[in-house]
Amino acid sequence: MTDFLRLVVTGSATGMVYALIAIGFVVILKCSQAFNIAQGHFVMIGGYLGFTFLAMLGLPLWAALLAAIATAIVMGLVIERLTLRPLVGQPALPVIMMTIALGFCILDGLAILIWGGEYKVYFGYLPKIPQIPGGIYIPSETLLTVIVSVTVIAILMIFLRYSKVGLMMRATAEDEHVVQAAGVRVSTIYAFSWVIASVTGVIAGILLGSAGGISPAVSNIGLKAFAVVLLGGANSLGGAIIAGIIVGVAENVAAAYLDPLLSASGGVASVFPFIVMIVVLIIRPSGLFGLQRIERI
Amino acid sequence: MALRSGTFSETYAQDMAILRTKTQWVILFAFLALLFTCPLFLSDMWLTVIIMIGITLISVHGLNILTGYCGQASLGHAAFMAVGGFTSAILCTKVGFSFWAALPCAGLAAGLVGLLFGLPSLRIKGFYLIMSTIAAYFIVMWVINAAYNITGGILGISAPAPQIFGVALRSTASYFYLVMIMACVATFAAENIGRSRLGRAFIAIRDNDLAAEVMGINVWGYKVLAFFIGCVFAGVAGSLLVHYYRWCSTEMFHFQDSIWYLGMLIVGGMGHTSGAIFGVVFFRLLDYLVAITAPALTAAFPAIAAQAAASLSLIMRGLVIIVFLIFQPRGLAHGWHLIKAYFQLWPFSH
Repeated sequence: MTDFLRLVVTGSATGMVYALIAIGFVVILKCSQAFNIAQGHFVMIGGYLGFTFLAMLGLPLWAALLAAIATAIVMGLVIERLTLRPLVGQPALPVIMMTIALGFCILDGLAILIWGGEYKVYFGYLPKIPQIPGGIYIPSETLLTVIVSVTVIAILMIFLRYSKVGLMMRATAEDEHVVQAAGVRVSTIYAFSWVIASVTGVIAGILLGSAGGISPAVSNIGLKAFAVVLLGGANSLGGAIIAGIIVGVAENVAAAYLDPLLSASGGVASVFPFIVMIVVLIIRPSGLFGLQRIERI
Repeated sequence: MALRSGTFSETYAQDMAILRTKTQWVILFAFLALLFTCPLFLSDMWLTVIIMIGITLISVHGLNILTGYCGQASLGHAAFMAVGGFTSAILCTKVGFSFWAALPCAGLAAGLVGLLFGLPSLRIKGFYLIMSTIAAYFIVMWVINAAYNITGGILGISAPAPQIFGVALRSTASYFYLVMIMACVATFAAENIGRSRLGRAFIAIRDNDLAAEVMGINVWGYKVLAFFIGCVFAGVAGSLLVHYYRWCSTEMFHFQDSIWYLGMLIVGGMGHTSGAIFGVVFFRLLDYLVAITAPALTAAFPAIAAQAAASLSLIMRGLVIIVFLIFQPRGLAHGWHLIKAYFQLWPFSH
């Protein structure tokens, strides 16, 4: 039973990282109707940024975090201005293809060019969380991941709900023409959504990198996070969190109980989110909490 | 010499012909003659480049029918090629089929797997369909790896060279002929599928699926059919690929390959058979260009040598796709049509 509980706890931690990645994706989708397939690559770049600032340059934690977030903001702005702005108003496929080219070609290429595409490890730079005595043993990194993810997601939700920019973003998601008529610069809002996505991606990358090292293959976690996005409903922030926990726990439990049955098959955990994705798409394409859209000619 | 004032069709057959003027027939035969005498004057290295162009072209024709004509974007194409490749290799090595019997089976197997993963297209489209094809890629590759005592998984399985009248096609030149004949057949088939009732139904679905349904087109049936046809092409290409290397492993079918195929279509121009040709040739020549400039770069900047060479091809491909998406979203084929239209009645502008 404690085994099962431990699986649930570590699974929720994985799920919270998924949710953090998924939320960046949902923010862009809500504001600009653009599907950002490069979200996982933001995570990978974030991991490498963490390595550069913490391990290579040896900055203190707060300075490294500030530097990483500043880089993320610049990255988000540059990407939005150079690649996505010219495609505003285009159909979905060119936009998706643009983010694919961005992630799988440009960001992957940069990771190889700058960091050699090597596996980099940097343990022990993030603060240690003391264990609760008598409970289940949870690694400090896992605990920290949960705390940071929950904090970032909470800040984002409060920001979107109560701040003026957040209100503009939600209004843009509803109807960009009306928002323009009300005097909001929609292009600024789009840029803002990309900055939020790249900052959350980079934070998730630093968390993942300091727990398990970083390599270009880490970007695949972005593809897995799409299972979370789809299960939660593509335009629901709260849905992403619940779905993140569901997918994370289900993945860990499935890996623990199915792997011994399917001997030496490469691990169920690697493919489980994709099975969830297919099942959701067939049974309930709008996800658990998404809006069902009615199409008219 | 009388100046031509236009191309006029007097019969229905003339109007429907793919090649409508004598000049086009002459150019076609000159091109085919040049293509099939290539092994006489090109080195094996260039023949390999052209073989890869041919195999990729067959696969991209399939993707063009699926994405370019029917509008169902797929990022799982490499997995469907893998299904074809493994089917062919297993049938030849373990069951004892000849290559010629295994090739149609490979196409059929890939088509059926594609059809299975095309089923969700009943309810979803656009981004959601792309996600389901990404999921399809990872699930198919996982299943192939998991069934390693049949498929060999990542280690692979051998795929014998095809035999014709007891002669094995082992040399690059002989395989060149096989691939080129298949590529020509595939191009002809793809062009004619696009012009038929089937192709027009696909285009109607791409342009507006609700309107197509109202017009009486069985949208779901045609979408699934597009998946089947597109994946048959992929399966044949996969089979040709593994028999060329005489080896088949999951390492040969990367997820990135699916992205390149879609990129080729964007660069070439979706929804045109010529677009697939332009895109494949452009991408493969770009690869070749990067491959020959990489050593020069290494010599110039020894400090970042190895990384630069590895990342250069990725970044180049990405930049090409991005530039085409922004500046020429209809691809090279559209530019080619414009040039042709300009010169058709030259020197008159109308």
